[in-house]
Amino acid sequence: MPCSSHTRNPFTAIETPAVGVTVENLSKSFGDHVVLHDVSFSVEPGEIFVLMGPSGTGKSVLLKHIVGLEAPSSGRVLVNGHDALAKETREQVRMAMVFQSGALFNSLTVYDNLALYPREHRVSNEAGIREKVMHALQILSLEDTAQKFPSELSGGMKKRVAIARALVMEPQLMLYDEPTSELDPVMSATISEIIASLKDEYHVTTLVVSHDRDLALNIADRVGIMMDGRLIFLGTPAELREPKDAQVAGFLYPKIDLKHPRFKKLET
Amino acid sequence: MKQLNSILEGFGSTLQLLVRTFSYIGSLPRQRARFIEQCYLIGYTTLPIVAILSFFIGAVLALQAGYSMQNFGAKQFIGSLVGLSMARELGPVMVAILLAGRVGSAITAELASMKVYQEVDALETMNIPPARMLVLPRLAAVLVMVPVLAIIADLVGWFGGAIVAKYTSFISIEPEAYFSVLRRYMKFQDVMNGLIKAETFGFGVVLVCCNIGLNTRGGPREIGAAVTRAVVVSLILILVLDYFVTKILL
Ligand SMILES: Nc1ncnc2c1ncn2[C@@H]1O[C@H](COP(=O)(O)OP(=O)(O)OP(=O)(O)O)[C@@H](O)[C@H]1O
Ligand SMILES: [Mg+2]
Repeated sequence: MPCSSHTRNPFTAIETPAVGVTVENLSKSFGDHVVLHDVSFSVEPGEIFVLMGPSGTGKSVLLKHIVGLEAPSSGRVLVNGHDALAKETREQVRMAMVFQSGALFNSLTVYDNLALYPREHRVSNEAGIREKVMHALQILSLEDTAQKFPSELSGGMKKRVAIARALVMEPQLMLYDEPTSELDPVMSATISEIIASLKDEYHVTTLVVSHDRDLALNIADRVGIMMDGRLIFLGTPAELREPKDAQVAGFLYPKIDLKHPRFKKLET
Repeated sequence: MKQLNSILEGFGSTLQLLVRTFSYIGSLPRQRARFIEQCYLIGYTTLPIVAILSFFIGAVLALQAGYSMQNFGAKQFIGSLVGLSMARELGPVMVAILLAGRVGSAITAELASMKVYQEVDALETMNIPPARMLVLPRLAAVLVMVPVLAIIADLVGWFGGAIVAKYTSFISIEPEAYFSVLRRYMKFQDVMNGLIKAETFGFGVVLVCCNIGLNTRGGPREIGAAVTRAVVVSLILILVLDYFVTKILL
């Protein structure tokens, strides 16, 4: 973890084997609108899997299936071998999700947002919770915001609070929905480092939805690319550096062509 | 047909929410802080308006009764009429209606916006059941606060009637006479019946408002629609329940 080594790291998760996620032939439609077409892949225990893809292709919807907030139209999602929709799965596996919008509790201060999970699950006494919370805030340079309400924060600060809140949960499975989308380059790099060190130290299984190419190339074990609700690429960052598929190359390394701008092509 | 379907659906999901909430009842002691906060919101903030309204309802009851009874020479019974009407019917119904407008609408607005802005989703991924954290303290608080509000409504209403009875020229009954009739014709059972009614209405209103809030989907516009629906459904519920509970208690 990118923090001073003299403080004892309070994120010492209880020793539990890492969990895996399996997505089997998952399809999802909202009414007539088909969002996911027969998506299959798995995230191995302790792996960092980065999912990329254009806006609106169903990445967030896919994450919601993994935490059991959406029910598949067909196919299924298994977390640690159990159906993601089952209540027991949530009780057995500690999962944390960083929502794209943050989803902070607006009526609670930043501190209370972070302390809610350990308090509700009686993880430790108030002093222990305080230590965990302050540590998480420190990692994300948020110490000064502890007593602020979410409405008093900037977009990037909210995102960082959401990440800090997930860290405090000491999850076995961590899902991030665009964790670096609103952050400056240094903070984005910090987030990548945090994700990587959680894997190294605690074998946290991680699924990151992101448009951040640096993050994908530097910390991912495997990368998936979705387009129009289908998984069109599944491979390692090395394969991604020189993509063979034209569609993948066009998505990852788009040229900014001032002579023939894309939006002008639409008009003809 | 579609309407009937949605009514049945609402009924079903409300009952489910009730059962789910009930299963977390053991967590109430450690949710003391939330419970007290809700007691404050439900009780303390509704108290002034309950007091004002019941004063004038008692007053107008005495006025109307005095006017219509003066020809029979029955106006000495005003005390019992105001007393019984307040305790058995108007006190509980008025408290429930104010609760729907003042507390129920606020509950729906809060829970609906938590739902729309994914706070409820976040709770679920944290394995913190919304029924436990959001619904249970509110239901417990309403059960504790409603009888208090209803008793205050009764007392203030009786007092309003007494003042009108004394100072209206065509009635002019002394408070001692008013209250002695009130006491003579009113049994403890009458007040109890009223409290049971108030309790039922208050509980129903909060449960329905929580359920409508938690089932909101969409954006800000749907939050507004949910609040309106919650108030309308609460008012209907109060009057329907009123008939049936009265019938059972008679
Ligand atoms: N609850 C819902 N009801 C109806 N349609 C939905 C719902 N949620 C998502 N969609 C639709 O599903 C599609 C995929 O949405 P999703 O949020 O998963 O996109 P995304 O890949 O996460 O995009 P972005 O990168 O912009 O976040 C969109 O077309 C969206 O309109
Ligand atoms: Mg998304």
